[in-house]
Amino acid sequence: MSESSERKIRCLVAKVGLDGHDRGAHVIARAFRDAGFEVIYSGLHQAPEDIVQAAVQEDVDVVGISILSGAHNTLVPKVIEGLEAYGAFEDTLVLVGGIIPDEDRPELEDAGVDAIFGPGTPMEETIQFIREHAPER
Amino acid sequence: MAPPELVADLLDGKHRALARAITKIENRSEGYRDIVAALHEHTGHADVVGITGSPGAGKSTLVDKLAAEYRERGLTVGIIAVDPSSPFSGGAVLGDRIRMGSNVGDMDVFFRSMSARGTLGGLSTATSDAVKALDAFGKDKILIETVGAGQNEVDIVKTADTVAVLVPPSSGDDVQMLKAGILEIGDVFVVNKADLAGSDKTVQELRGMLEMRERDPDDWEADIVETVANTGEGVEELLSVFDAHADWLDRTGKRDELERKRYAEEIRTLLRNDAGALVEDEVERRGGMDDLVERVVRRETDPYSVADDVLEPFRDAVRHND
Repeated sequence: MSESSERKIRCLVAKVGLDGHDRGAHVIARAFRDAGFEVIYSGLHQAPEDIVQAAVQEDVDVVGISILSGAHNTLVPKVIEGLEAYGAFEDTLVLVGGIIPDEDRPELEDAGVDAIFGPGTPMEETIQFIREHAPER
Repeated sequence: MAPPELVADLLDGKHRALARAITKIENRSEGYRDIVAALHEHTGHADVVGITGSPGAGKSTLVDKLAAEYRERGLTVGIIAVDPSSPFSGGAVLGDRIRMGSNVGDMDVFFRSMSARGTLGGLSTATSDAVKALDAFGKDKILIETVGAGQNEVDIVKTADTVAVLVPPSSGDDVQMLKAGILEIGDVFVVNKADLAGSDKTVQELRGMLEMRERDPDDWEADIVETVANTGEGVEELLSVFDAHADWLDRTGKRDELERKRYAEEIRTLLRNDAGALVEDEVERRGGMDDLVERVVRRETDPYSVADDVLEPFRDAVRHND
């Protein structure tokens, strides 16, 4: 049957913790939409378990956490643990964007973050990375 | 995950399997038909409510509050929220999850965003298949939320047992209400944001419109409910209207009638799609659409003759079956 399957890359753009700035998350959501992705935006002030709930229910290929508050070392690993608990970590690309000091990067990468995009990263670079690394399912 | 395994896990109550099954349904991935087929015998238990209305009418906030109230009553809830996709990139921002604040952290409210993906008619099939997945999973109540912007959306809501149409106050004069479309499909009309000016007038206009609706004496009489979704005002009343409508469906045998009509429509849609795909294959076999068009442009043939030609083998096959 020549019924065409139409796979779309689904991304959760997540704001976690007390950080109240989501302009960047909005800009990214829009750029992802224009790249043809389906974007679910979490809204502000989410707990890690809320992000996990959204990622599991929405079955996203990519979880992009935007974080500016400096709490990344506590919050991001919690999201990853939650994804693991649902068996959803293996085939989900986990990205972090925002203000992440260089010395914190190795720890996040060890925790399972696939890539970190700091301020000034061209949008096209992030989109290209997702296109190349979105997990095969 | 192979379809049989996915189905077993879904029936076993695994959220991830439910989520993945819906993805396969949305993507029309290989094996999705087997999944839907295997789920069918486990469906038929959930009440399905469609909620539609113009953008900004407050659908998501209301859905959030409805879900919270159902949970309060010990029921589990599945929600499918459909948002439009970009006609240019095909991408979409699915933003309704943000308003699910009353239910964050509660896995027994399974909220799933779907994009319209610009498919003609395909969306309603995908949505009703996703509803089946939630039903088979064991959800008691399923809410389908969609922007009432066009025919596609009207079609989706038809997959629901009960349809609520949200009308914001001051949403136009009574001629707007006479126009064809979503106002004809409501079993209940919700004037949300009823704390705003103009709400009384909107209720009056709706009432006027409903009085003019043609109906048989034993038809359901559409209700009008005022709500303020932000505060939860009117939510309980709305739920009792949903319950009353569900009772009415059972009492009058309309539910059975509705179900039969829906399956007939679903089978027809599948047949049309599958037949369409066969025809596409035949067009390809004959050198593709561009070739056929070229011959029409050069006036060597015409569209009617091409259609006759392409369908000839199908007609033959059908005749052989007689």
